[in-house]
Parts: sequence; structure tokens; C-alpha cells
Amino acid sequence: MRNFITLLFLVLSAPLIASPTADEIVHHSNMVTYYQGQDGRAQVRMIITDSQGRERQRQLTILRIDAAKSDAIEENAYLGGQKFYIYFHRPADVSKMAFLVWKHLDQDDDRWLYLPALDLVKRIAASDKRTSFVGSDFFYEDVSGRRIDEDIHELVETTKSYYVIKNSPKDAAAVEFSYYKTFIHKQSFIPVQIEYYDKAGRKYRIAKALSVKNIQGYPTVTKASIENLKTGGKTVMEYSKVEYNIGLDDALFTERYLRKAPRRQLR
Amino acid sequence: MYKWVICSTLAASLCSAAVATEPALPMGLNADEPALPSGLDLGEELALPKDPGNAIDEGFNQGNLAEQGFALEGFIEIRSGAWIDSHHYQERRPLNEARLQLELEKEFSTFTFTAVADLIHDDVTDDQDVALDKGEGWLDLRTANAVFSPTQFMDVRLGRQILTWGTGDLLFINDLFPKDWNAFLIGRDVEYLKAPSDAIKLSLFHQIANLDLVYTPRFDADRYIDGSRASYFNSTLGRIAGTDAVTKVDRPNDWLHDDEFALRLYKNIGAYELALYGYNGFWKSPGGFDPATGRALFPELAVYGASIRGSLASGIANAEWGYYDSRDDPSGRNPMINNSEQRLILGYEQELATNLTLGVQYYLKRMEDYARYRHTLPTGAYPAARSRQEYTVRLTWLTMNQNLLWSLFSFYSPSDDDGYLRAKLHYKYDDHLSLEIGGNLFWGNNTQTFLGQFQNNDNAYTALRYGF
Repeated sequence: MRNFITLLFLVLSAPLIASPTADEIVHHSNMVTYYQGQDGRAQVRMIITDSQGRERQRQLTILRIDAAKSDAIEENAYLGGQKFYIYFHRPADVSKMAFLVWKHLDQDDDRWLYLPALDLVKRIAASDKRTSFVGSDFFYEDVSGRRIDEDIHELVETTKSYYVIKNSPKDAAAVEFSYYKTFIHKQSFIPVQIEYYDKAGRKYRIAKALSVKNIQGYPTVTKASIENLKTGGKTVMEYSKVEYNIGLDDALFTERYLRKAPRRQLR
Repeated sequence: MYKWVICSTLAASLCSAAVATEPALPMGLNADEPALPSGLDLGEELALPKDPGNAIDEGFNQGNLAEQGFALEGFIEIRSGAWIDSHHYQERRPLNEARLQLELEKEFSTFTFTAVADLIHDDVTDDQDVALDKGEGWLDLRTANAVFSPTQFMDVRLGRQILTWGTGDLLFINDLFPKDWNAFLIGRDVEYLKAPSDAIKLSLFHQIANLDLVYTPRFDADRYIDGSRASYFNSTLGRIAGTDAVTKVDRPNDWLHDDEFALRLYKNIGAYELALYGYNGFWKSPGGFDPATGRALFPELAVYGASIRGSLASGIANAEWGYYDSRDDPSGRNPMINNSEQRLILGYEQELATNLTLGVQYYLKRMEDYARYRHTLPTGAYPAARSRQEYTVRLTWLTMNQNLLWSLFSFYSPSDDDGYLRAKLHYKYDDHLSLEIGGNLFWGNNTQTFLGQFQNNDNAYTALRYGF
């Protein structure tokens, strides 16, 4: 009898252990996508293609530092503010511009743009995070992450490879989608595909992870794309020279280094 | 690494025929997998999306400046403008020029050298002689400096450089670095509003506050409106004048004697930027007149000020104040020299809708000793109002994937009843080529007010630029 109860308990609890809740999944996925390591660096190339097939390119370096000292999912220890430093290499009209973002979880981000020709540190008023990032099909939010508590997350399907999460905005008026579906790879927690649906229920935007590499033990998306089915535009983003835990100093994310690019770290 | 292999192996063994709506696994998520047993139909899941340029090109950033420690960039530009209505006292056109800008950056072990030089063919003026401090002639050297950090907490920039600080948008109180008002009014790119300084800038960083010190050993004046290109009000003639009466000046010109000193003490509290400023030098554009010689003067000036900038509601707010101490006229009794002034800017900028931004500013210039100014003003001379108040509105709209920029900037002064509208369309045809058309419109009830005097300078321009 006692063995039976133990067995029953094991049988009942097994699914609990095997399938995490929707919130656990999205937090794990959020950590893997945006918070791995204490800091990081990547060289980025974007290829923006419009509906007529015309191509534009951007080349930039992104540096990132996290306020949270941990990557632990438990009790959301990984979650916190972040700072990003973005330095533009190409094209010519944005070359040497630097962009600084202090991302906050509880208020609008702070953003600064440095224009070297004018030696001007400009404060950017931008409350809308679903605005194109440097003219691409990526939004600011795609680059730096969307706050998890802005959506309600439901685990709608579990396939062999994926957890399929439906994310519905709490404030529907603040965004252009009615919901989006995320296919999160069960082992790595990488969001392999995100499909956005408009208010009429039509799929109009698809984000894809096209290539993943293991870098310093962190599963890392090294190539991603976003397609806008409405405009016919598409942007492919490639990450190279990705490094984690390089020991960036918090002081690097200040006006000093907007005016004087941190060459060693950008290399 | 181990964990990763195990994970991937597990992932592979769990995979089976893909659901039709399910995305294929990207490259890498199954890279380390062992060969799969037959019978498991993985075809669909393994198929990679066919993308142009699918292979990751590790070498794409080879051309990055940071990679090589050396870079040559720049642009070639043709810019041409016309006066909207033709008047006397002006050159035939506001501008008609070809420009090649070359920017060289070279990194050495202890410092970085940067030089930016513009080679210009200017069709409007006959005088092609180079005057580096006035920005005249076929060469405009914008930048030539070395940057180095002698200690962890100090940066030094030595040489010719563009300098900017303060919080105003096209309005300046504590930024007393030279401006090129000619370039601004006749339709050159806005980057030319800033003229270079030959200076040394020392920046010191500390947790308590940061300090910038700028020493300019010989006064760098604005490239002010002197009549040679745009017309202005000439008080001696009592009318609008231009090429017929180009302002003659006595410019403080002695090295180490006629020098300028500027400082900024600043600190961020959270994301609120606080700053204190000081300046000791001269009025940057003519601020006095010597009746004996008939020349305009740059009287001595000291400025003390402060500013704050930070987020407010869902936008950015800024406030800046400065006291202009006209040291050659401390009592305000000399009608030939600018009175001391209080100056204030209050600004706010907000994104109204996606890619549409609105910025508004209030600007106040208030004379200190107005009673004395009025008392000593020569009879018949036009009395300026005690306070000049100005409102500015900036609208920026980005369309066509942010490749087409619509920009409108307007100044309006209710106290002087004058104004200035800057409008611009900028289209990025591709990553190299851009096209711009724009215009500058001035109006005023009186030819003697700050903007009213420029009312004959309405112009439109177009530019084609190829960047490399």
C-alpha cells in the first residue's frame, strides 16, 4: 500500500517536473535571449530588404551589462535593469555615432545619442519601444527585450521540440498586435519563432532564430530575422564575435564614453 | 559544453515528425547531434529556411574602424541654393558649392588622432584664400586633434575640435563655443552650425562630479552674419545692408592674452543630468561698436549658468539658465556695448506617435540694466525690448522605413514679432546617396529685431551627398 502511494505520487508529480508553467518557460526564455552572462559584446550586421528588394546594411557593435549579478531563473534573480552601448560603423551617414540605453523594468528607458560631427549628446525622447530600430524591421523591443509582465502568457501547446506560448498584451491599446505566439525550444529555451497577429487575427510579422551557436556554454542566436508580411520588408541580423563575461565596467555606459568611444571594448 | 551536448542529444532524440505549423529548428540547435536512427522523419524540422546569404560571414566587420585602427571616411556633396526673392546687397545666390569631406582616424598606442577636412569649391565668393579661423576659402579644417587618457580618470583632447554642451535645441546659453550662423541661415547641413575651436579640453571624472575644462588660447569668434553672404541690419546706415557694408571688426587676436576659458561641472543623479557652467572670454558675435573706428567689437564677457535635463511624463524636459556679465559695461551705461543679460531656456520633447516627435522650447533674454540702457540710448536709435521671448517648435517625422525625414523647426518671438522657419526633407536613397531639399524663411515687423533683420534672406536649397 505504501509502495503504491509512493508510486502514485511519482506518477502524479512526474508531469509537474517535466512540464514547467508558462511563466517559468517565458522567464527562462527571456534570460536565455537577453540576460546570459553578466555582460556581453557582439558585432552586428543588419541587412534590411524592402518590398522592392532594395538592400541597406548597418554595422554596429553592441555592449551590454546587467544590473543583476545572477543568471538564476529561480525567483527571477536574473531579472533587472540593463545598459546597452551601441556604436555604429556603417553606413557612412551614421558612422561613429554612439547610442546609449539604460533599460529599466519599472519606467521608460533612458536613451542618449551622440552625434560626433556636432559633438552633441542628445537625449532621445522615445516612450514607444515598438518603433523601428535604425530603420530595420526590428523594434527596439526586439533588441533589448519586452517586459514579461506586459503580457499574459499561456502555454497552448507542447510539441516534441517546442513549448508554444500565446502572449496577450495586458494593455492592448499600447501595442499593434493582438497577441503573439512564441515557439520556445524545449531544451535551450531559445525562442525559435515568434508570430505576431494583428487585431483582425491575421499573422503579419514573423521573427525567426536562424542559427544558434554554443558560445562559452551559452546557447546564442547568431542569426535572426524579422519579416513584416504587411510591408514586405525583412531584416536579417547576424551576430559575430559574441563574447560573454568580458568584465565591462559600469562606467563605460556614461556620457564619457559617448564622447570618447571605448576602442578596446569595441574591437 | 558537456551539458550542451547532452541537451542537444536529448533534443534530437525527442524530435519527431514536425507539426506543419511548427517552425524548423535553426542551424545550431542540432549541430552537435549524432546521426539519427532511421525511421525518424526529421526532414521538415531540419530543413533550414532558404535565406540569401545564409552562411554567417565572420569577416563582415573587417572593415570596421575598431578592427584596423585606421579609417578614412567622408562624403562628396553638391549643394545649391537660391534666394526666394531677390534683393540688393546680396550675392547672386546664398550658396552654390561642391564639397569633399575627408575624415581620417588613426589609432596609436597611447592616443587617437582624428582629422576632418573639407575641400570646397565655392562658386558664390571670389575669394578662395584659406582663412582657417574664419572658415573661408577652399579648405575648412573642421577637426585635427589627439585624444588621450593620461590617467584612468582623465581624458584630454588637444587641437582643433568641435565642442558642444548644454541642453537647448538650436538655442545656446552656456555653450559659448563658436557657431557658424552663416552656414546655418543659408542652408548648409546643420553639422556646420558648429565651428571648430583650437583648444585643449581636459575632462576629469570622479564619483562626486565630472569636470570639463576648455582652454582656448586665442579667441575663436562665431562665424557671424557680417553681410558678405546674408544681409543684416546695419545700425550705422540705419537699414538692411549686405555686401555693400560688410561688418568690419576689431577682433581680440592675441595668443594667450585674448584667450577663453570654459568649464562644466556635471553629475547624473539617476538619469537626471545636472550641470554648472562658467565662461570667461568675449561676446562670440559682435556685441559692441567703436564709433571712433567704425568697427564692431567683441567686448569681454563672463557667463555663469546651470542646467538640468531628465525625463518628465513620457518625454524629456530641460531647463537651462545663464547670467551674461558684460564686463566692459558693468553698469549698463555704455550704449555701444551689450548690456548684461539673464537667459533662460525651458524645453520639452515627446514622441507624439511612432516616428513623430515634437519638441517645444521657451527662450528668454532679459537685459539687466534696462533703465540705463534706455537712458543712454542715442536719440533716434531703435530701442530693443527689455525682454526678448521666443518659442520654438520642432517637428520631426520619419517615414519610408526612416529613410525619408521631414523636419520643421520654427522660432517665433511674440515680444519682437519676428520669426524664422527651417524646413527640410531628407531622403536616403541608399546607404551612400542622400538627397535633401529645404528652406529658410524669416519674417519680422521691424527690420531691427533679432530675426526681423534677416527678412531678405529667404532661401531654398537642394543637396546631393554621396557618403563613403
